[in-house]
Amino acid sequence: MKVLLKTLGFSLALTLLFTFVTYLLPQVEGEAPVEKEVDLSSLTMDDFITLGEDLFNNKGTCTLSHKPAPLGRAPDIQGTDMIALSDERLADERYQGEAKDAAGYMLESMIDPSRYVVATWGKKGTSDSESPMPAIDKPPIKLSTIEMDPIIAYLQAKDVNDVTVALPSPEDAASVASTDQKASDGTTLQAPAATVEEALGKYAGNACHAMDSSDTRVGAGLVDVGTRLSKEDIRQSIVDPNAVIAEGFAAAMPADFAAKMTVKELDMIVAYLLEKK
Amino acid sequence: MNDKRPSNQPERPSTQIRWGRRLWIALSMLLLVYGLVQAVEESTTLNRITPIGMVQVAGEPLITKTTPDIADVDTAEPIAAPRPSRSDYPNIGVSSRAIVWILAQLHLFFAALVLAVPLFLLTIELLGVYTGDERYDNMAYEFMKISLTGFSITAIFGGSLALALFVLYPDFMGYMMHVFGVQVLVYAILFFLESFFLYTYYYGWNAFRYGNLKWVHLSLGLMLNASGLTIMVLANSWATFMMAPSGVNEVGAVVGNIWEIMKGPLWNPINLHRFIANIAFGGTVVGAYAAFKFLSTNDPDRRAHYDWMGYTSNFIAILAFLPLPFAGYWLMAEIYAYSQQMGITAMGGILAWLFIVQAVLIGTILLAGNFYLWAGMSRTDGSDRYKGLIKYIAAVLVVCFLIWVTPHTLILSASEISLLGGSYHHILGPLGIMPAKNVAVNLMLVATFLSFQLYRRSDKVATVSWAPMGNALMVPIYVVAIVNIIFLGVYYGYFTNTVYKVGSSVAQVASTLVVIIAGIILDTLMFRNAKTLPSHWGRIPDRAQYALFALPIAFTWLMGLMGYVRSSVKTHWHVYTVMKDNSPDNYIPTIAYAGNMITIVTVLFLLCVLFMFWVANLSSTRQAKPAAGGAV
Repeated sequence: MKVLLKTLGFSLALTLLFTFVTYLLPQVEGEAPVEKEVDLSSLTMDDFITLGEDLFNNKGTCTLSHKPAPLGRAPDIQGTDMIALSDERLADERYQGEAKDAAGYMLESMIDPSRYVVATWGKKGTSDSESPMPAIDKPPIKLSTIEMDPIIAYLQAKDVNDVTVALPSPEDAASVASTDQKASDGTTLQAPAATVEEALGKYAGNACHAMDSSDTRVGAGLVDVGTRLSKEDIRQSIVDPNAVIAEGFAAAMPADFAAKMTVKELDMIVAYLLEKK
Repeated sequence: MNDKRPSNQPERPSTQIRWGRRLWIALSMLLLVYGLVQAVEESTTLNRITPIGMVQVAGEPLITKTTPDIADVDTAEPIAAPRPSRSDYPNIGVSSRAIVWILAQLHLFFAALVLAVPLFLLTIELLGVYTGDERYDNMAYEFMKISLTGFSITAIFGGSLALALFVLYPDFMGYMMHVFGVQVLVYAILFFLESFFLYTYYYGWNAFRYGNLKWVHLSLGLMLNASGLTIMVLANSWATFMMAPSGVNEVGAVVGNIWEIMKGPLWNPINLHRFIANIAFGGTVVGAYAAFKFLSTNDPDRRAHYDWMGYTSNFIAILAFLPLPFAGYWLMAEIYAYSQQMGITAMGGILAWLFIVQAVLIGTILLAGNFYLWAGMSRTDGSDRYKGLIKYIAAVLVVCFLIWVTPHTLILSASEISLLGGSYHHILGPLGIMPAKNVAVNLMLVATFLSFQLYRRSDKVATVSWAPMGNALMVPIYVVAIVNIIFLGVYYGYFTNTVYKVGSSVAQVASTLVVIIAGIILDTLMFRNAKTLPSHWGRIPDRAQYALFALPIAFTWLMGLMGYVRSSVKTHWHVYTVMKDNSPDNYIPTIAYAGNMITIVTVLFLLCVLFMFWVANLSSTRQAKPAAGGAV
């Protein structure tokens, strides 16, 4: 028994010592990327550049490889004026791409990195003909074109160069919203509603709720909902309808509006309902 | 190993046995060569690293993407991987990941043990046949007996893990079942086979003990290992599919056959890594058992037996452990080749700190292994010749260990950073990066091998005429290898770019391997017909036995830690790039959280192993019959 206790004690102490070492180290959590909602139609150029920097450092995971020497596994982009360098590369006889300017070159190197491989940075054994960099419009990074533009803007602006990429137009913003939804549902959805009436029609809000009376259809009448519920409550009852169910009603409301509605549509509906007093 | 043969030398095996032995070896070699040829044929880069959506059948041209016409779509529409939202994951009030983590890790610990034990025992049994020393056979049988419960415990944890996964991650498991299909049933059938060979191997031990029947028994052991290893590689394919999916397209729809799905780029590196690690793991657990028994008795004969058992297990464990880092290199290189991003997440991203803990663990293993060897030198009278070298080996190990645990970035307050002029110390900073670690690890391995070599030589005196020349040859081999390891690390690590830095580590590893292989060959030739000095089994300090406990504890903890890395490099994906993890636990937990989890599973494993040993010992205990009229 004495031997058992001694050996168990020794084993346990050693285990705790290893655990203790883990407590001495920096405690970092690797958060899954959060899908941020950015209203593309109201961006200023400064916002656009800040968004680009954020994408470069976070979602784009560019800084995993592009670090200052000797740490980097790819050329140091943040420490180099990429615009001046792009012109040199476009003029290089090894350049095989189709870009005509620095912005085009940067976009091309993101979606097809092997078009031009910086000397000594190619995949081992390919004589710098193949880049080890993944195409960033493909999983696991999967940035959209609209997300690559701000990165280019950031890379141009950080060395006080003129930003040549344009801010996204409202049409671009709308098309991104609809493609995102197509991708997440696997089905084709309608374009985002432009007005609140369209939005209510699209999600069949009128089918279950009477908007202009307190009559009960499938759900409660909403004529005076603005007096009963706050903005947050209305938002919650759309996004997560089963969180609080009005007395006397079954949990019949679809729970997938959060995934289907664009932020603008949701805002429009919430604002509309809040007015119902 | 045969240097520790007892004084009563066995008789020369009969002609019949020798023929049986030759036939058995010939058959085994034939199978091995066939397997290797197949593996080499398959292992061209193109075949190994099959990118997603570009599956190629060996020997046939690359399948080009075609747009299916409507008729095709109607008949065979590929099913994409599901995209569950957070609400699709059942919430049972406690972290689903924590439950699966504990069950998976316990299942894997036991699975590794019950795969390792037959592998380990077959090696011991073969040694017994070769040396004619029955102690090997008895030891193998004894350990088979005590680990038998382990098979049931593995199955219990495996079943619980499967249930937990189906309940807590239904969409993910649905997808995996869809992808792997019938292969899962093959996996189940293999359990029947394994059980058949397990029971015939164990219960037939004494029935098939001598002569040709011994070869029947060894064959049963071989088949037990074959079915066990097949089970392992099938299960490995699930893990590697999750890390680097192949045989499916960009959205996870199956486009290849089951072989293409299994044969992902990381499958063979994981197979090799786990295979070698299992042998080492099995050895350390057997060693701890022997150490416990050694400490529990004062009977000199039993102490001699368990001392010898501990030494033999440790010998095999450390020998298997030496090539393990190289298998790890291969795995890491394939991870980088598959996805730079995944490699950097492991080695340079938030998981990088964890390699400091790994250094502590491997350092513990090497220091404990070396300490046990040095303490074991007291068994032989001839060891005095080498004892003077121990302090130098110890110094090399300690210095290298300290270099290995030196972090690159220091954890400092703002004022300390300004005092230092940055977060990298001007001397310690350069020791924090990979080239310094590579030098340290390789030197530690070379030093450990030197300990081994000295231990093996300690009870012998060479009688061959060229012995002085042999010794003179061994010294420059060590010196050149050490100089080469340091030069490659310093020159290519600090004065050229990253590409050469990675490439030079291969040459460093080669230097280490040259020392190990040259040392084994030279000693085998040099100590043929050597004069043997007396060995005294059981003459070893008690504290040396604690090294045999430190080994399995550090090893188990290390397996848990590496499991955390292997699983975390997928970041927020169930199946990397094709099926996102949207569960509440889709983030990489902190290292301290992982440390707690690993400690919990290590302690639970330790308790289960104790239970296993206790149950086995019950069978050899018989209650004395109560005296007539006495209480029952």
